[in-house]
Amino acid sequence: MASEALRPDLASGRRRLSLAWVGTLPFFAYTLLFLFLPAGEVMVGAFKGVHRGWTLSNIRLLFHEPYIHAYRTSIEVSLVTALIGGAVGLAIAYAAIREGTPRWIRSILTTFSGVAANFGGIPLAFAFIATLGTIGVVTQILKNQLHIDLYAHGFTLFGKTGVEIVYIYFQLPLMILVIAPAIDGLKREWREAASNLGASPYQFWRYVGLPVLMPSILGAVILLFGNAFAAYATAYGLTSGVVPLVPLVIGAYYTGNVLSNPHFAQALALGMFVVLAVMMLIYIPLQRRAARWAR
Amino acid sequence: MKPRRFMAPSAFVWLLLGGAYFFIPLLATLLFSLKSIQTGKCCTLSAYGWVIHNGDFWHTIKLSFLLALETIVISLVLFVPTIYLVHLKVPRLRPVIAFLALIPFVVPPIVMVVGLLDFYRGSPTWFYDQPWGFLVAAYVILAFPYMFFSLDAGFRAIDVHTLTEASQSLGASWLTTLFKVILPNIRVAALAGSFLALAIVMGEFTIANLAQFHTFPIFLQYVNETQAYRPAALTLLSFGITWAAMLGLLFVGRGRGARPTLLAGGR
Repeated sequence: MASEALRPDLASGRRRLSLAWVGTLPFFAYTLLFLFLPAGEVMVGAFKGVHRGWTLSNIRLLFHEPYIHAYRTSIEVSLVTALIGGAVGLAIAYAAIREGTPRWIRSILTTFSGVAANFGGIPLAFAFIATLGTIGVVTQILKNQLHIDLYAHGFTLFGKTGVEIVYIYFQLPLMILVIAPAIDGLKREWREAASNLGASPYQFWRYVGLPVLMPSILGAVILLFGNAFAAYATAYGLTSGVVPLVPLVIGAYYTGNVLSNPHFAQALALGMFVVLAVMMLIYIPLQRRAARWAR
Repeated sequence: MKPRRFMAPSAFVWLLLGGAYFFIPLLATLLFSLKSIQTGKCCTLSAYGWVIHNGDFWHTIKLSFLLALETIVISLVLFVPTIYLVHLKVPRLRPVIAFLALIPFVVPPIVMVVGLLDFYRGSPTWFYDQPWGFLVAAYVILAFPYMFFSLDAGFRAIDVHTLTEASQSLGASWLTTLFKVILPNIRVAALAGSFLALAIVMGEFTIANLAQFHTFPIFLQYVNETQAYRPAALTLLSFGITWAAMLGLLFVGRGRGARPTLLAGGR
């Protein structure tokens, strides 16, 4: 940083400062036009009736079947994949970072996680159709070699369980990416100190490790929840809308031929926004707490 | 506790499990892509030949690539001067922009496209009906958080004030300073942000599908719905694009603490 005397904004007073503000205007104008006004349109439009006038009927309809069921399914899928992805991701990240594991494994894991976390949507859906679909490679091997017919036992990739299995493919690596820095923050001295004072590994985790990691873990699980909750392409490619997830229900309003009531689609979107905003409100303070140990 | 000299067995098992989950679907896709359409048996490269000779494939991938380039150019033109000014003159605005960069996480693509479609319904057709207008406008917003965090880190690593002072006392104009002094110094950050934007646009499905533009991911879904083994070849190709963008990111950001991140819109 330059010394205070070198800073033109302090030296030359108001005129230059206001010019600098003007220079940032294009950016703020852009976010206003393409982020805030459209987002505002969703929030205001959700309270509009089909033929003008204000109404709460769109919002009220959200709490009725089949829409409340869509929210329930979306939340369930997001929660299940966030918890499973979170737990397994934590275990894998710890396995890569803990003592005894060669260091190169850590960097390879980070690279692969970066790719896998971003391998989503239609390609991911197809990769799983090739794996666990009716003629998928794993399905066929299980059937022909081991005589386990998944589909005869009620399994299907194209339902809720299938969506969950596929979502975990990007949830797991996301957890690894997010939690690894927090695990790095568990200092070796703490383990040694606990061990010197006679703590068992269980006691170390129960009284030191997990309490320190907890805000980071909760924050990461919330991030994973939001990640699954907002996902559209993967579920679309997998089920073409058979599983009633909220993004798919919204999508059907726009890709279908009839747009009966656009304000109801806005109400559905508003509901998603509210769920995600609540998640963010829990996430930000957790993030602050987690940052305390990250130094 | 004694320091371990060998890998813990449980660590080995977990890593193996993670590796299996990562590789099995990719291997299955590879096997699928080699199957013959007539017999369903291995091995033929006909699926790849079909992709290479498919006009729609070249058309859509070219469209997606050009949309990505347009998104990158607009993003850089919009964000570089803004973040430069913020670092130089109005540091008070930095937390405001950092907060704005979090908003696209609360407004996911599916919500964003609903708002954009309804807000701009009835706007001129050169904007609303053209991917160059409507889609890119949305993609710049999708790319914004990644561009911001990347550029912000780049600007923080250089001494903006001294560089600007030095350049101006040698008689350079604002534009010369920006292009000849600042840009070369934040090149790596701009490149990293561009790789992320490229990966986002090449894989974005939600907005393109709802706004009904025929980009590469839409073509992939179309083939997916209508063919058995051919989409596997396209899937691997799409995966390769993600790989290339991520490796490009790691390559340009070597030793600068570049970390893989999570991209918007693909899921």
